[in-house]
Amino acid sequence: MDLVRQWSPSMLRVARMYVPSQAVAEDVVQETWLGVLNGIDRFEGRSSLRTWVFSILVNRARTRGERERRTIPFAALAREEGEDGFEAVDPTRFVSSGSDIGAWASPPVRWWEEPERALDSAEAVARIQSEIDKLPEGQRLVITMRDVDGLSSEEVRSALDISETNQRVLLHRARAKVRKALEDYYADA
Amino acid sequence: MPDPLNCRELVELVTDYLEDAMPPAERARVEAHIATCDGCDAYLIQMRETIVALGTLPADPLSREAEDELRTAFRDWQAGQAPQP
Repeated sequence: MDLVRQWSPSMLRVARMYVPSQAVAEDVVQETWLGVLNGIDRFEGRSSLRTWVFSILVNRARTRGERERRTIPFAALAREEGEDGFEAVDPTRFVSSGSDIGAWASPPVRWWEEPERALDSAEAVARIQSEIDKLPEGQRLVITMRDVDGLSSEEVRSALDISETNQRVLLHRARAKVRKALEDYYADA
Repeated sequence: MPDPLNCRELVELVTDYLEDAMPPAERARVEAHIATCDGCDAYLIQMRETIVALGTLPADPLSREAEDELRTAFRDWQAGQAPQP
């Protein structure tokens, strides 16, 4: 039961991305744990237990999401989500010509050197959450599982059945956007 | 001596760098750039702080009812696993 208490909040968060309500997400998490109990004999220890549990969770959440008409096809997850020419930082922040081309024209500032802009953490958390909510599904799943819930890249890759490179591209884009949201937050503060 | 990176190129490599998913020579290029570039050093630190901040987002626990039901299921399961008398 320790694991149930430890992992269920993350599992709920992941399930919630596939299904329309918190109540359905709870169902999915419960079903997953029951499935784990019934199938533990089939767990071969080739992946970590957590990878295995999250794979079951994602599959169940997807099935349930399909039934509730809110599904993310794996193909869509794996695509880079229609962001051809993605740039982590707005290109106008770099020098666009001359010998310094590509250098910072307006460099980022160190947040921690500006104590007067000290982070109001509740507000920053809200800002981060709203940025995550705006991300395309694949990016949202990957950043949530990796950075919010602390799963390893291997665990996320296996649970979502995507390649390592794909996982990294989704993570890169998602992190770049959240960083920008925080930068804007500090600039406005 | 390989071409040095510019800042616009560097920001696209930050995830590969943090994920330790680049060959040593590429890693050396990234580190050489950061060592002499305040802007990119700040960018990298901002990115690390972003990741730390992401880890502080609160999560809802399972509801009391759901946890109780699971507790019962686990108990039944353990009883079923025990050697029969």
